[in-house]
Amino acid sequence: MNNTVVELKDITKVFGTVKASDHVTVSFNYGEVHSLLGENGAGKSTLMNVLCGIYQPDSGEIIIRGERATVRSPRDAIGHGVGMIHQHLKLVEDHTVLENMIAGQKGSFFFNKHKLEEEIRALCEHYDIKVDPRTKIKDLSIAEKQRVEILKVLYRGAKILILDEPTAVLTPQETDNLFKIIRKMRADNCTILIITHKLDEVLEISDRITVLRKGKYIDTLINEGLEPRTLTDKMVGKATNLEIVREPVKMGENILEVNDLAVFNHENAHALKDVSFAVKKGEILGVAGVAGSGQKELCESIAGLQKIINGQILFNKENLVGKTPRKIIDMGISMSFVPEDRLGMGLVSSMDITDNVLLKEYNRQHGLFLSRKDAKEQALDLVDKLSIDTPSIDTQVRLLSGGNIQKVLLGREIETQPELIITAYPVRGLDVGSAHKVYDLINAQKKKGVGVIFVGEDLDVLRAFCDRIMVLCDGEVTGIVDADKVSRQDLGYMMAGRHMDEVMTDA
Amino acid sequence: MLRISKRAEMRKTHQGLVRLAAIVASLIAMSGWIMVIGHNPIMVYTAMLDGCFGSMYRFLETLKFTIPLSIAALGIMMAFKMKFWNIGGEGQILMGAFAATYFALNFSELPKPMLLLLMMVSAIVMGGLWALIPAIFKVTFGTNETVFTLMLNYIALKYIIYLQYGPWKDPKAFGFPKIPNFTDNAILPKVLNLHVGWIILVIATIILYLVFHYTKLGFEVAVIGESENTARYAGMTVRRVVMKAVFLSGGLCGLVGMIQASAVSNTLTSEISAGIGYDAIIVAWLSNMNPLAVPVVGFLFAILSQGASYIQTAFQIPQSAADIIQGMILIFALSGEFFIKYKISLPERRSKGGQHA
Repeated sequence: MNNTVVELKDITKVFGTVKASDHVTVSFNYGEVHSLLGENGAGKSTLMNVLCGIYQPDSGEIIIRGERATVRSPRDAIGHGVGMIHQHLKLVEDHTVLENMIAGQKGSFFFNKHKLEEEIRALCEHYDIKVDPRTKIKDLSIAEKQRVEILKVLYRGAKILILDEPTAVLTPQETDNLFKIIRKMRADNCTILIITHKLDEVLEISDRITVLRKGKYIDTLINEGLEPRTLTDKMVGKATNLEIVREPVKMGENILEVNDLAVFNHENAHALKDVSFAVKKGEILGVAGVAGSGQKELCESIAGLQKIINGQILFNKENLVGKTPRKIIDMGISMSFVPEDRLGMGLVSSMDITDNVLLKEYNRQHGLFLSRKDAKEQALDLVDKLSIDTPSIDTQVRLLSGGNIQKVLLGREIETQPELIITAYPVRGLDVGSAHKVYDLINAQKKKGVGVIFVGEDLDVLRAFCDRIMVLCDGEVTGIVDADKVSRQDLGYMMAGRHMDEVMTDA
Repeated sequence: MLRISKRAEMRKTHQGLVRLAAIVASLIAMSGWIMVIGHNPIMVYTAMLDGCFGSMYRFLETLKFTIPLSIAALGIMMAFKMKFWNIGGEGQILMGAFAATYFALNFSELPKPMLLLLMMVSAIVMGGLWALIPAIFKVTFGTNETVFTLMLNYIALKYIIYLQYGPWKDPKAFGFPKIPNFTDNAILPKVLNLHVGWIILVIATIILYLVFHYTKLGFEVAVIGESENTARYAGMTVRRVVMKAVFLSGGLCGLVGMIQASAVSNTLTSEISAGIGYDAIIVAWLSNMNPLAVPVVGFLFAILSQGASYIQTAFQIPQSAADIIQGMILIFALSGEFFIKYKISLPERRSKGGQHA
């Protein structure tokens, strides 16, 4: 029996000089959960965007239910029963669930609100999703919004659902919930395609797994007795050492103490509230939390980039509150910050490596004129030491790969001999090899007695790499725990807002 | 449907070819228009060149337009590099000219070098201050500088007209609304038959190049233009840098006002700028943030402008028709820049069979 619902044949999509999808042929079945696995830039999203009509392939064809389909827009796609739930949810915040679900629908000018509501409620009941069609989107949590997005696609009649990194914004418990919905959809003979790079989740939910690498199709595996190792080897293309080392280092006194820190976001609501913690010399303090729980504000507060409402930030007992980055530098404080937004904050994308090194160093130059001599030497040194893959130090950093961009940034920051390093998602988007290079660099600093704040998203990495983990939820600290004593599950509860005391005694 | 996508960096020779193609294409397209209005394109083109280079006088006129245009473009480039959209060149030119005129009229007994220096400095300061107003509002309240600088142009223009008709009206001009002519020692001298503005242009070009490439200010301006977050992250005082750079931007425009008042019209009139502040935006843009390109682009623009006004008299082509010619060339030139950065492609035809859908 032919069980294939979608066939992508020989799909090629080129952006500039990059082959984002290189003659990829793959097929998906009725009633299966099929994960697309690959590192950043492997072409997962590109392929799915081709299927749902956002990109037009340069060559190749799409066959849906045995017929060749032309998918020129997401609307065409939904006509073929294909719907995509994007990583960044596309809902109108000020509208209700109901209004969002019918927006952009074809149909008559008037609609029967009552009938629609009934239909949506029935759909919710069927999938065990608790959402009131009359609530406004802005009053929902991220997980609920995601469910609305799924409902929307289902309501429009999609039988093939594409989910782009659906768990990136969810706690482990919310993820379990999502997986329940996914299983239910599978039972209804829907096809669910998941784009992801989280191995454990892939192994938990998928029936089959397709691995892509650098735009090329590598393999499709049936999820039976698979080892994570097998998958990473296929993703990376060579045998990998996945172990992350926690260097045992004798810790010193506190390098940083934060007391009762409070920060507002741009809407004058608390982005951080009563945050207190300390980092010792030679310690890596992990920071866990669902995306947007105040991690960015925390890092930027310490770096002097946030307006602080209340609290103290003591660096070697000197208060940094109210000081601009400039003043912090002038105080002789050596602190490094590797921000989450590498090209929007840490580096200038259109400048070359030398000028980006200069960014940190130019403050120490006096007078009107600028000397690039030291920066050039340092840039050459960095390229050499961290084996940065670049044609020259005069190459614009935007032309480098993600891993090399991060090496420039992290390398520059470490080069200043800091006493404290703040890193936000330093391995996001990096391939396994580059990520390990980053861990090594941070560990080397730790051995020198540098205190490290490591904001991360992968709980397993945080647990293996850090000494302690601080969990943030909605800008508040829900717990600071020893990394080797806490389970994924417990971290998840704290990320969802339950306090450490109740969580850890529960266990 | 057509698709537009960003190109990888184009080779220099290819960039040159695209620009050349843009000019050729514009000449061809304009020929159509010229024939529509009943003239022979070849003859019109020849006349345009004749109008710019036909005699020493005409050539000097072209250069005389190049000078203010290019200096103002340099000033505007300084702000644009920081993504501060200074559309207020016109007003800054007028206010610079106003300050210079104040000293020219009231301190005419001063020795010539001292008076000229005073006029220059005051023009730079006044132009700079005029630009500083929107800059201060931008860094403090986040106001939009585009509209702000533009509005200040009208205020400056009406203020000059007020002076011209009111307090500064020349009592000896038989009621004619004009400001008195400068005395000799308030007029810039000539070097090689052309007023010293050209030397100022050369110096300003070199200085701006040095500022962009070898000073801390230039580096800070470049970083802020790229990303304000990065600038703050690197410990720059964004506020102060923005104000400094915008002051210099307005200052250069102010200097243009002094040069025009002193060397060209020998007095202050409301027509002293005549759109230079706007044309300079185009020159700055086409120079691609490279100060060294400004005098060249400014000269080409001046040729276009002089040529267009020459054919008005030579062929009795109405001014509006001549302006269309100038506008067309600019559109083609700017499109050329577009094709250097982007490419347009047709979706590939499906290989076998017709299209479903």
